[in-house]
Amino acid sequence: MKRFSPKLAAVAVLSCAFGLGVGGPAAAQERGGVLNFVVGSKIPSYDGHRETTFGMIHPIAPFYSLLIRVNPDNPQSATDFVCDLCEGSVPKPTEGGTKYTFKIRSGVKFHDGAPLSSADIKATYDKIIFPPEGVPSARKAFFKMVESVEAPDSTTVVFKLKFPSGAFIPALATPFNFVYSKKDLDAHGYEWHGKNINGSGPFVFVQHQPGSFVEGKRNGNYHHSGQPYLDGFKAISAPKMAIRLNAIRGDRAAIEFRGFPPKARDDLVNALGDKITVQESDWNCVLLSTPNQMREPFDDPRVRQALTLSVDRWAGSKYLSEIAIVKTVGGVVFPNHPLAANKDELTQLAGYWTDLNKSRARATQLLKQAGHSDLKFELNNRGVDQPYKVVGTWLIDQWRQAGLNVTQRVQPTPPFYATLRKKKDFDVSVDFNCQSVINPIADISKFLGSAGNNYGNYQDQVLEDIYNELLQTGDEAGQRTLIRKYEKRALDEMAHLGVTLWWYKINPHRSYVKGWKIAPSHYLNQQLDNVWLDKSLM
Amino acid sequence: MYKYIIKRVLLAIPTLFGAALLVFFLLRAIPGDVCEIRLAGTGLYADPAEIELCRDKLGLNDPMIVQFWDFVSGYFTWDLGDSMWTGKPITFEIGLRFKLSLQIAIMATLVAIAIAIPLGIISAVKQDTWMDYAVRAFSIAGIAIPSFWLGIIIILGLLIVTQHWFGAPWMPPIDYVSPFEDPLRNMSQLIWPAVATGYRYSAVATRMTRSALLEVLREDYVRTARSKGLMERVIINRHALKNALLPVVTIIAIEFAFLIGGLVVTEQVFNLNGLGKLFVESVGAQDFNLTQQLVMLVVLIFVITNLVVDILYAWLDPRIRYS
Repeated sequence: MKRFSPKLAAVAVLSCAFGLGVGGPAAAQERGGVLNFVVGSKIPSYDGHRETTFGMIHPIAPFYSLLIRVNPDNPQSATDFVCDLCEGSVPKPTEGGTKYTFKIRSGVKFHDGAPLSSADIKATYDKIIFPPEGVPSARKAFFKMVESVEAPDSTTVVFKLKFPSGAFIPALATPFNFVYSKKDLDAHGYEWHGKNINGSGPFVFVQHQPGSFVEGKRNGNYHHSGQPYLDGFKAISAPKMAIRLNAIRGDRAAIEFRGFPPKARDDLVNALGDKITVQESDWNCVLLSTPNQMREPFDDPRVRQALTLSVDRWAGSKYLSEIAIVKTVGGVVFPNHPLAANKDELTQLAGYWTDLNKSRARATQLLKQAGHSDLKFELNNRGVDQPYKVVGTWLIDQWRQAGLNVTQRVQPTPPFYATLRKKKDFDVSVDFNCQSVINPIADISKFLGSAGNNYGNYQDQVLEDIYNELLQTGDEAGQRTLIRKYEKRALDEMAHLGVTLWWYKINPHRSYVKGWKIAPSHYLNQQLDNVWLDKSLM
Repeated sequence: MYKYIIKRVLLAIPTLFGAALLVFFLLRAIPGDVCEIRLAGTGLYADPAEIELCRDKLGLNDPMIVQFWDFVSGYFTWDLGDSMWTGKPITFEIGLRFKLSLQIAIMATLVAIAIAIPLGIISAVKQDTWMDYAVRAFSIAGIAIPSFWLGIIIILGLLIVTQHWFGAPWMPPIDYVSPFEDPLRNMSQLIWPAVATGYRYSAVATRMTRSALLEVLREDYVRTARSKGLMERVIINRHALKNALLPVVTIIAIEFAFLIGGLVVTEQVFNLNGLGKLFVESVGAQDFNLTQQLVMLVVLIFVITNLVVDILYAWLDPRIRYS
């Protein structure tokens, strides 16, 4: 049996990093073929405004357009946004950063043949930002800064903001913001898009067999000239990772867009050699350890600091990245973003010191001061292998090495979330923050005690005040300073939550899939309009 | 007989009601609900107001008695409600998967019968010979090997063997095509799970056939038939086998009923979009409506199967008469 060749994997990964064999020059793009891909989650409804799962995004996003999007040819950039339905470049704000004017492409049509105009964009964003009572909109909180959306003429949309905000453009590019037809909304109401599809995206809906697959065919009237290259796609539902892996191996599917653990990547490369290309990226998801401040002794910041000081993140990164989908050490902001802490800044924070002995000695001292030298507690965890159980087990080992006595309670997803949100009967829990477009100012709201997805059960007005100041700050340097202050407060001084390791996305796929570039989120770059199949490699 | 059937049908009503009561309250005893899974389970920002809105829309904030009445009253109006996850009618969700599960159940049963009856007869007729030992070892292995494990081995075996022989790995299709649309593709997908499941199923039936036939072969009327000079083949086929099949029919029927809703793991292994997979997904998503109806469907299948088995008994053994 052939053994895994690290050299081969390195070639595959590097080929991605330098853009070789993945995108290729425009002249090389071939037309035709159907892309089969596997999806590990299921579709709740087709309504992007309501849903939060990649199980909906992967099969449904190719049917829709967005006003702006993450650049599909440069999705690794956290700041490169391009127009999809608007014309030219993403506009710069005017009136002191409070007004954005978008010119809308003319000649765009919905799949039912109706022309798309600014009225459709306005109707879409009105539904997302100002939904009528009783109409769900999962991300309306992202648009707290928006005062109004206007369509003064058929090709112009104006967003007026209450205050300048660096979070607005990333929020606008969120891949869930499918543009709907005003005609559909008026005629059928706000629930219609949950069960029906009429977009203006690169592919036209053909059929959906629930639990089995979604099929789309090429939209001949697509507004990006020459695209899409594929004749169609088939998104096959496959909840089990082994099936998804074998499907790529057996060429029943060419790609899976969410990501595999390192071992699965190695198995595929080992079995198929250069027929597999591997793309890898940091991932805008992170597991956290959340102490329950409703319970003693976790209401004491010294105890919480001891927990974070006991964890060796730098060594964890090295070893866990070999077995799990985690890798990068970071603070509250997605690593490598201009607003993220650099290594020097990180090592100033509790739990990130380079001297582990010093860190654990400090943890012991703090526990002694707090009167909990022999601290025993239970870690609540979710019954999902990657990376929950792996990271949970690692955390327990780290704490035990610091003299703490920790057990683990692993629960299936429904009771796990019931524990966090309703029952609140846990000591410390593994928690999860996973976002789509990298939007640090919105993403870090997770650390606020008042956030709907914060399970630490605390209120910290100092942190809230820093965040409110951040929301109103337009310039990047000012934002960066405030985020450092926020980070220091959340992770060090109060140690409300412990950031473990940021996720690492690994996408091994058939080498004949070209044009698709890995993004730092499994929600991004899924319209598939620039994807093509190299038939010489099939 | 008709009176008996009517009585059995009437008796099924409290059975179904008891099952409905049990599944309704047991499901709600598990912490968590579909709205939390749907909106908070992805790790994205989850607005508590949105989760409450979702609960309101699905009726999860209604009093228990109202929810129970909604569930039970649906049977009188033939409105089984909608899936809490997809919002689609439950009849549609189940109907879509039922045909695949039924096809797998039929194919696995045929595989099981094709293996079990001849092997069971050989094993009984050639008792204590090497053939008997070989059949018994084969059937014990079938009982011992879980069908999902066999399924995994089949898939991996196909991938490795085809890569070795043909240079490219092959595995069965993972998306369902109806046998009326593309019979070859349908068979190339479903034959493997049918074999994996049918083997385990046949193992139980083989052992039952063997022991039942051995018992019958020792009966006086078989000795009489032999003393009359009848050929051994006629004695076994015409006189012994029909009587020996009574317990085998029971086993096959119960297994068949189990297969329709119970191929939970095998369907996952082969990525089959059947009722077993739907069951797992609906429980995982806390989709109370769908899970309740799936449980009720399985209960109904078992009730009907038991009734059919009893009627078959009477047909196979005319001495049995129900009153």
